[in-house]
Amino acid sequence: MEDVIIGLEVHVQLNRLKSKMFCGCSTAYHNSPPNSHTCPVCLGLPGSLPVINKKAVEYGIKVGLALNCKIEEETFFYRKNYYYPDLPKGFQISQYDYPLATNGHIMILGDDGAERNIRINRAHMEEDPGRLVHAGTIDKAKYTMVDYNRCGMPLLEVVTEPDLTSPKEARAFLDKLKSILEYLDVFDGSLEGSMRVDANISLKGGDRSEVKNISGFKGVEKALSYEITRQKNLKRRNIKVVQETRHFDEIRNVTVSIRSKVGAHDYRYFPEADLAVLRIASWVPAIKSTLPELPDAKRERFVAQYSLADDHAKSLTSEIKLANFYETVAKTASPKLAAVWIADVLKGELNYRDLSIESFRAEHMTEIVQMLDNSQITEDGAVQIIRALLDKKGDSTSKIVTALGLGKAEDDAVQKAVQEAVAESAAAVADYRAGSERALNFIVGMVMKKTRGKADAGEVHRLVKAEVERV
Amino acid sequence: MITREDVEHISWLASIKIEDEEKDKLVEQFNSILEYFHQLDEVDTENVQPTYRVVDLANIFREDEAFPSISLDQALQNAPRREDGYFKSPRIV
Repeated sequence: MEDVIIGLEVHVQLNRLKSKMFCGCSTAYHNSPPNSHTCPVCLGLPGSLPVINKKAVEYGIKVGLALNCKIEEETFFYRKNYYYPDLPKGFQISQYDYPLATNGHIMILGDDGAERNIRINRAHMEEDPGRLVHAGTIDKAKYTMVDYNRCGMPLLEVVTEPDLTSPKEARAFLDKLKSILEYLDVFDGSLEGSMRVDANISLKGGDRSEVKNISGFKGVEKALSYEITRQKNLKRRNIKVVQETRHFDEIRNVTVSIRSKVGAHDYRYFPEADLAVLRIASWVPAIKSTLPELPDAKRERFVAQYSLADDHAKSLTSEIKLANFYETVAKTASPKLAAVWIADVLKGELNYRDLSIESFRAEHMTEIVQMLDNSQITEDGAVQIIRALLDKKGDSTSKIVTALGLGKAEDDAVQKAVQEAVAESAAAVADYRAGSERALNFIVGMVMKKTRGKADAGEVHRLVKAEVERV
Repeated sequence: MITREDVEHISWLASIKIEDEEKDKLVEQFNSILEYFHQLDEVDTENVQPTYRVVDLANIFREDEAFPSISLDQALQNAPRREDGYFKSPRIV
């Protein structure tokens, strides 16, 4: 795969803002009827004037700094002209030269398992276009329906250099970007259409194609994989890849040419005279001081502060909500045990049910880890408690322990079972004495049966060995 | 020089239909407008900073506050065609 070159343009909605980029319409349009969140500004009606949302600029600077970019001292908006029904004005207010942030980089985990530096060309501010609903598929629709609720949503376009070498790396980049944006509290990735991607793909030495408007991270991986196979097949048959724009058809999992007649120069960018320039150099130090601890730094701290394995630290810091959840638990329960149980067990159980960490209470996890640490429950019991809580079969850990009989057997009961089992297994005892270490497993199994699995297997093994050697 | 093809391309970009007989007239007019602006090339701009704006305003903002939007009926009142609360447009790819 070393001959694949991928660059991404990621459109990120700054959807933690209350109002749109240039007007006071609410950003909370999800699940609302079409065209219920509009006004003369975002409908592009004559005579209306845009006014810049100050906080959107602050958020943009925040993201720029987190992506290690240089923030431009003076930045401004342009009109990007194209005539398409998703833009009621006939142009999009965007940026061109002097974008808000330039020359950054972030680290991702490369395909070879090593950290890779991905350069960020720039991050610029713009307004989101409206949403088009095609009656049928894009190439067969008879007409198009337009919803302008999304029109004017504050958008940040993050453009990478062509540093990615596989669909998997593209996915790793998007995961990392999403993680950073959520740490900054400027973005909610759970909302539909909150992150949309254009991808430039080429094989080394060949022309590139651009696949537009891919939504969803899985979609990006699929679209890129398809496009790479298509280009490789063309190359094998000695057909030149044409530089063109393609659309990803999510239903058929293919990219199709959209034969755009609009070239880059057709956008006829010119300065947006309705908006004043932004002189923001003086804002930067104050915004920098509000930057939270970001994923990489948090991961390093988790390793140092809680003595976690790097894998666990990475898994726990991938989402800010998960990291906070972990730290709440680690406050009053064993940090190492908590890391294992949250990263390895709870995360898996959540993924299996397609649930987020918000579906589980930190107090419950704290109690479970404490019970494990005090040997009050077995590992199997802990898993059963987690499942019962997630499947809403109870909401108190102690009640679930009682109801499912998960309390670990008392030591006396275990000791009694061990003595009985050894007494009943003369043959196995003889085998052990003849040198077969494995013969003990038979007796351990008997003990587990007698205690109905409530004893800890490792401990039973130790007790059985002691008992056999004693009698 | 603006050609007939340029005029056709511009008309396509703007989605404005131009009749055949209008095209030659527009070629002529586009060229005469450009020629007029080309007079600016005669000005010596050596050592002059590029100007993006003539008004030196900066940092005009609004706070991030949401206000009620207009009603669906108001939003759609100028739409020639609508369906289920959507603006309806010709099929575009």
